Amino acid sequence: MPNKDTIVDVPTVNKIARLCRLDIPEVNKESLTNDLNNILGFVAQLDEVDTSNVEPLASVTGHKLPLRSDDVNDGNIEDLVLKNAPESSSGFFVVPKVIE
Amino acid sequence: MNDTSNLKPGHIQGETGIWEMVIGLEIHAQISSKSKLFSGASASFGSEANRNVSLVDAAMPGMLPVINEFCVEQAVKTGLALNAKINNVSVFDRKNYFYADLPQGYQISQFTKPIVGEGEIIVDLDDGEQTTIGIERLHLEQDAGKSLHDQHPTKSYIDLNRTGVALMEIVSKPDIRSPQEAGAYVKKIRSILRYIGACDGNMEEGSLRADCNVSVRKSGEEFGTRCEIKNLNSIRFIIQAIQSEAERQVDILEEGGTIDQETRLFDTSTGETRSMRSKEDAHDYRYFPDPDLLPLEFSESWVQDIKEKLPELPDSLKKRLVKDFGITSYDASILVEEKDYVDFYQQAANGRDGKLTANWMITELFGALKKDNLSFSESPITSENLGELISLISNGTISGKIAKEVFSEMMKSKKSPSEIVKEKGLEQVSDDTEILKLIDQVISDNQDKVNEYLSGKDKLFGFFVGQVMKLSQGKANPGVVNKLLKEKLK
Repeated sequence: MPNKDTIVDVPTVNKIARLCRLDIPEVNKESLTNDLNNILGFVAQLDEVDTSNVEPLASVTGHKLPLRSDDVNDGNIEDLVLKNAPESSSGFFVVPKVIE
Repeated sequence: MNDTSNLKPGHIQGETGIWEMVIGLEIHAQISSKSKLFSGASASFGSEANRNVSLVDAAMPGMLPVINEFCVEQAVKTGLALNAKINNVSVFDRKNYFYADLPQGYQISQFTKPIVGEGEIIVDLDDGEQTTIGIERLHLEQDAGKSLHDQHPTKSYIDLNRTGVALMEIVSKPDIRSPQEAGAYVKKIRSILRYIGACDGNMEEGSLRADCNVSVRKSGEEFGTRCEIKNLNSIRFIIQAIQSEAERQVDILEEGGTIDQETRLFDTSTGETRSMRSKEDAHDYRYFPDPDLLPLEFSESWVQDIKEKLPELPDSLKKRLVKDFGITSYDASILVEEKDYVDFYQQAANGRDGKLTANWMITELFGALKKDNLSFSESPITSENLGELISLISNGTISGKIAKEVFSEMMKSKKSPSEIVKEKGLEQVSDDTEILKLIDQVISDNQDKVNEYLSGKDKLFGFFVGQVMKLSQGKANPGVVNKLLKEKLK
């Protein structure tokens, strides 16, 4: 179990930033690491409560997941869907080439 | 060189001994719903680009997913058909990754609590043997969109029509031991899905595709490191890809190398697999429960209702065909492959000779359709007409030989066999007096042969039968001809 104060280090911040496609300036990394550790440390207080016999709570409202019937009642709005796209052509979104 | 001719399927003869394959499959089956898993946009195939996209599918801010009840029902139905545990409470998670055809930046899937747990199915192998393959789980998830890379030199074109279409991912246990078993497993899953109507099983259109996890080991050893071959859309490619991947791994291991756990693609032009992703953190999906969706809950009685409405499945149908129609287990397994085949067969064979019907259907009808490049649903011969043909053979109206002639006419003209028999005057002649006339004719034309026969050359009997049949243009009842000839030539 890592020390509460150092759950996150700079390499971890780099990794998360890469996974999230965030470009974080080098100078901000140290303070960001501290911020994250503070937040996680705060939340970690919850670990002090014994919840081993408590079922995870998904909703405080008591609502159940609503289901809809299998009807086609949406779509046919390609103009609207493409409206904010920086580039589109013959109904397609156009993006810089992505090939694996 | 070692002799590899006696090698079992799924075994590879290396320099250091025999290697065994360990295979697990993830099948992605598109649910046959009209609308998408979490939106009311159409799930149909082949529409104009981005026509079947709602603001939910396009991941516009503030949109909320609402689950499609039909899709949940299909997942439960499939779980029941796979003899699997149904989880009355399951949870949707976000699987996070970035790709241009995934507007949400995550796929809604099920990670820790899938809707269906462990099960098992029986798989029929080509040699008539059966094997049981375990199911690890089945979960619901969204499909991604489609990227076109060949429309422009520096751009990719994105169509989100498929984005959000409902998929079931069916994960097998690593119980499969040969490419052939893998192929038979996919065939069986496909057949079950089509029987219950949960998925159309169309592999060409991508409604059913498989990822194969392959590793190799020496018999009795621990599992080796596996590689995953992505997105195979035909049973033939699944078999080829697994074989070639396992051989690649054996070569590396025998040269003292190690296998990197990675995702690979099967190149259909070379028949080999190649590495797809190499970034070490590509698989860090950071799953977490989707805060937009409450857990999916349903009652046991709802599951029971679905269970009661399940149609008869291939395994049970196969047993029943063998018992009710007296056909071989092998013929039955061919007939139950598709629901359409069984329905056709049962109609054609109803009240008739089951074995004869199975032979005509499997050998003649399937053969003729293949030759004419027709699908089963395009068959010019209906079940009623095939049944009628069987009746005409069984009651002696036509001989088996004439039946083939009638059959090819049926393929061409779609007419009923009795119509063809009548038009062409093909009824079998079983009447003694008429056949005796033919016999007398043959005897008088071949007096020398008759003398030879009577002086002991027994083999000539067949010659006389042949001559009589020829004279009757194939219409004489061979049984009657035999009987009368014997009496005549005593």
